[in-house]
Amino acid sequence: MTMAKSLSAASASRADSRDAVIQVSGLHKVYGNSVTALENIDLSFMRGQLTSLLGPSGCGKTTLLKIIAGLLEPTSGEVLVNGKPVRGPGPERAFVFQDFALMPWATVLRNAAFGLEVRGTPKAEREDRARHYIKEVGLAGFEDKYPHELSGGMRQRVGLARALAVNADVLLMDEPFSAVDEQTRRKFQEDLIRLREVEKKTFILVTHSIEEAVYLSDRIVLLSPRPGRVAEIIEPDIDRNVDPDMIRREPAYLDLIDDIWRGLRHYVE
Amino acid sequence: MSSTHTGTSASGLTGGPLGGAAMRFASMPVIWRLLSLAIFFTIWEIAGRSNFNWAFPSFSRTLVAFFEMVGDGSLASAYLKTIEPLGIGLVISLGIGITAGVMMGLRRDVEWLSLPIFITMQAAPMAALIPLITYVYGIGLTSKVLAVVMLAMPVITINSYKAVRNVPNSAVDMCKSFMGTRRQQVFKIILPAASPMMFAGIRLGVAEGFSGVVLAELLITPTGIGDLITYNRSIAQYPHMYAVITSIVVFAVVAVTLLHRLELTLFRPEKRGNL
Repeated sequence: MTMAKSLSAASASRADSRDAVIQVSGLHKVYGNSVTALENIDLSFMRGQLTSLLGPSGCGKTTLLKIIAGLLEPTSGEVLVNGKPVRGPGPERAFVFQDFALMPWATVLRNAAFGLEVRGTPKAEREDRARHYIKEVGLAGFEDKYPHELSGGMRQRVGLARALAVNADVLLMDEPFSAVDEQTRRKFQEDLIRLREVEKKTFILVTHSIEEAVYLSDRIVLLSPRPGRVAEIIEPDIDRNVDPDMIRREPAYLDLIDDIWRGLRHYVE
Repeated sequence: MSSTHTGTSASGLTGGPLGGAAMRFASMPVIWRLLSLAIFFTIWEIAGRSNFNWAFPSFSRTLVAFFEMVGDGSLASAYLKTIEPLGIGLVISLGIGITAGVMMGLRRDVEWLSLPIFITMQAAPMAALIPLITYVYGIGLTSKVLAVVMLAMPVITINSYKAVRNVPNSAVDMCKSFMGTRRQQVFKIILPAASPMMFAGIRLGVAEGFSGVVLAELLITPTGIGDLITYNRSIAQYPHMYAVITSIVVFAVVAVTLLHRLELTLFRPEKRGNL
């Protein structure tokens, strides 16, 4: 882990082709006949890294994530996962939804086990795994509750447990914290850093929050809007092994937020 | 025909207008429920005794007439006759209505083909078509069953269709993203998510079915409940007539409420605690 980190820091550009879980090449997405959502996207996502797709609304970041997930078809171009072209959703990818997408009629346990249920995992086994991940995301004791009995943040934890339970290589998170309140979001972000250490998975996170991207990411892909293009790739040099609150006070963290904002500002005005 | 089929919220998670109100009534403390009924019956009693209309009986006389008809078995035999076309008609309406509605919700081609028919059926004043049915199918059971179907089916179909259409995309995407097959998407996500709104439509449809069967028995040939109403009116036994009318209203309300309970027990485990 630490080796991979120093390697990517030393030669970020050459690492691209070395251990990429997901490779996106020449991707175009046109909605209808006129709206170009994505134009000529070439990207690699490194194994074990957390990459954020950051940009103002309308830059196609969710579209890109859904194409990687296999939920949308690109107009042209290709996505490779572990070297194989994407034809639809696959076992190596799991999705975390902005609106949680929980089943209101099912308990936390069944919701968390749903990915395994769909795959035909026997009940006892899938519930064991789900229990493990419910505990992992900090919801132990809530297994038999229904989603409407939980707060927004807790619901998203169920969504995260569901995605972790299928043991995918890559977690695709579509603005996972945008529907929860600020305090919950901060706690959730801190927990995600800890969870990454434990789970050693690849994360791709769509966000419109600059702070969130800088706080969490090994790599930030800045997308520019209409049509969505890769504007810049940034690798924050922030030590995340310190106290979570310290990160938010680090000069490197604060400076980078400022830099990115200056870069994005003219798209908003 | 009512247009309340759109009454449920877009989230599709509420119990629907009819069921919601009935449930709220059912969840009130017993003392309040009894009090509310007592007030209603007292006003009825006073209105009846005030003789504002010679054909309006008091509550007590209506109640006596009711037990009289229960005693001589005329009410029971009337209900047995009425339930036949009602039952057959509702089974057909539910079977075809739900299937057609769900198929229209799931498949664009079916939607294009059959949605206009059901929209027309729902908008048209079906009671006006009942004489037409009599021309074609005569005055027998078939006509009465058809009357029930014509009133009950459109609202059931259209609600099922809208319920399926209102299922959030992200829920279906979620199932897809975990590699759920189309079959799993339909049975594990779409149908359970659509069930509250579908049941709201079913309750409205059943209520319409009651209208249908009474209309048929009043307009086509007097049998069952329709016959009891017509007969008692013709011989000016107004307490009996009111007793029959009240009993069918109560019967319909009870049927619809039981249906709502059935829905909660079978499909909404998360709401079972509220029963």
